[in-house]
Amino acid sequence: MKENAKKFELPFHVVKRSTIPVWKSMLFRVIAVVAALLLCSILSLLMIDANPFKFIVTMFDGAFGSSRRIWKFAKDACVLLCIALAITPAFKMRFWNIGAEGQTLIGALAAVAVVIHGKGLPNWLLLVLMFLAAILVGAVWGGIPAVFKAIWGTNETLFTLMMNYVATGLVSYYLLLWTPSGSSVLGRLDQGHLPILGHEYLLLILLVLLLTAAVYVYQKYTKQGYEISVVGESENTANYIGINVKKVIIRTMLISGAICGFAGFLIVGALDHSVAVTSVGGMGFTAIMVSWLAKFNPLIMIGTSAFITFLDQGAAQVTSTFNVDSAFPDMVVGIVLFFIIGCEFFIHYQLKFKTREEAAIPAPIKSEKSESEGGNA
Amino acid sequence: MMLLDYILTSVAIGMTFLLGCTGEILTEKAGHLNLGIPGIMCIGGASGCLALKACYDLPGFLAVIIAIIAAILGGALMGAIYSFLTVTLKANQNVTGLAMTTFGVGVTKYVMNGMAINATRNYLYALKYFRAPFASADTGLKYWGIMMYLAIGIALASAYVLTRTRVGLHLRAVGENPATADAVGINVTAYKYGATCIGSAVAALGGLYYIMDYMGSMEAYKTIEALGWLSVALVIFTLWRPQISIIGSIIFGLLYLAGTRIPTLLGINLGMSATPLLQMLPYLVTIVVLIITSIGKKRENQPPASLGLSYFREER
Repeated sequence: MKENAKKFELPFHVVKRSTIPVWKSMLFRVIAVVAALLLCSILSLLMIDANPFKFIVTMFDGAFGSSRRIWKFAKDACVLLCIALAITPAFKMRFWNIGAEGQTLIGALAAVAVVIHGKGLPNWLLLVLMFLAAILVGAVWGGIPAVFKAIWGTNETLFTLMMNYVATGLVSYYLLLWTPSGSSVLGRLDQGHLPILGHEYLLLILLVLLLTAAVYVYQKYTKQGYEISVVGESENTANYIGINVKKVIIRTMLISGAICGFAGFLIVGALDHSVAVTSVGGMGFTAIMVSWLAKFNPLIMIGTSAFITFLDQGAAQVTSTFNVDSAFPDMVVGIVLFFIIGCEFFIHYQLKFKTREEAAIPAPIKSEKSESEGGNA
Repeated sequence: MMLLDYILTSVAIGMTFLLGCTGEILTEKAGHLNLGIPGIMCIGGASGCLALKACYDLPGFLAVIIAIIAAILGGALMGAIYSFLTVTLKANQNVTGLAMTTFGVGVTKYVMNGMAINATRNYLYALKYFRAPFASADTGLKYWGIMMYLAIGIALASAYVLTRTRVGLHLRAVGENPATADAVGINVTAYKYGATCIGSAVAALGGLYYIMDYMGSMEAYKTIEALGWLSVALVIFTLWRPQISIIGSIIFGLLYLAGTRIPTLLGINLGMSATPLLQMLPYLVTIVVLIITSIGKKRENQPPASLGLSYFREER
């Protein structure tokens, strides 16, 4: 056989780290982000002829350039954070809920339905009903896949994904019903608005921050939160110590769906005052990144959702300043995500470079006996 | 006649699912759940169309071949990024896949919008070559172009390789239990890279087929993502068997078009508002199939045992 090919060895080998200081892991992430932004600015230089320095400045200008932009930034980050908070308990349990998009949308639809069918009710009652309807429907939407997962082990990734499209279908159905002209564009509802505290978005921001604290406490200090982490680490262990895994899965997804429904309620009650197929606009998927990047810690998620919103809004500003296509932000976010996903490797593993003496010693020769049929270890 | 047209068109749209699904099966057989398939299909369409635009002055058949090669290369490149992140850097497959989809859809929008602005000499000139030999038919037969036979050929070839050859046996071993495969001397990394890149290339062809044969419009790229997700779901429907996916994809095609075709076929007027409900059918059927296969729990109908898990040799 080709002896030369067999002798080829990498100059290092990969070792799993047992621990890593927090500052070091943060340093790796910062390096990854800087490298990614550098690559993006080089790309932008090639594609749209913008100089890299101006590219970065425009990104910051887009997110924080004026008080209006800062408010918009805070609002967008909070809605994203709210959805990310919703999926976090499920992800911590290793339940791959990629249906947050649908759960939020169906919650928004329920809230709008309450306003449309509840004409004449006082505003406070309307708001209470909207809230209840949204979290109830969201919980049902999240609970259905959970029940099947718990009982028969049905693949939850695809189930929740398909539920997104069912939710979209229902929204377009009701829009056709509610708009007599058949235009299926629902105008701004004049009822069911959340009260305005100081600034248009202030109440929304406060509510989401409150929710962040609540989810943090729930995960960290309650028995249920503990059960979630045990089920996520190992279902066998959970069974062994007497946790009812099925119950935990269903309960957690009900909570997850309910928080998504709450996000839908916020979108209707505080922002759009309407619903459309694109109301959630892909945030259900972006939220997965937010949650995963923060290692499912709600407090860190404030930072990661702000970061992703910054990328999105900054890149959007780049598109308008340099007059490029509106798809540009998606590309920037994609590239940055690749770098961050890749850098996790260096946090969990370590490259050990071989010293000269080690490299000189030939690697132990693999047993050639594996050709006999005793290979099924 | 209308029924025939419905069936012919369904078979045609089904080929988009078939290519996406075959690609995903190959990837999953190596133990990698690639949720980037929708993005990869978009990239396939975009790179194929870019190549077509560049080949405007070449003879038709040559342009088609170059476009197909471009789509394969675009898909394989995306597959290589995905494998580098998930195999070498052992990143979480779900998260990586979703990022691939965000990225792929973004790049595709960028490329396709760019081409739409400068619409002279656009890629649609090649439509008649892609739709050969029935390009001039006035029924659904006109979609039965060359890439359709390619799709069926790829599916049958994949089925043969997976079940009847040594390479297929090794690939399945890698997907079921990489540690065991490694122990008997199979190069796990090479198989994972190979299967993911080839699978992504096959899926990328699905995007090109959809734009240049089935839709034949400048707007087609906007709907590839949803079809990509259906292709991923189809993998479960077909129980990880490419030969079944040929039938499965046609069934999905029939369901996908049911919303628009069945009311006219039966001569009833359901009213406009019923259309979205009928359009939910393929998704609802997928859910039902998911549930049924999970209740069945037959051993040979289960996903590859190590699906979604990273393999690190020194871990036990």
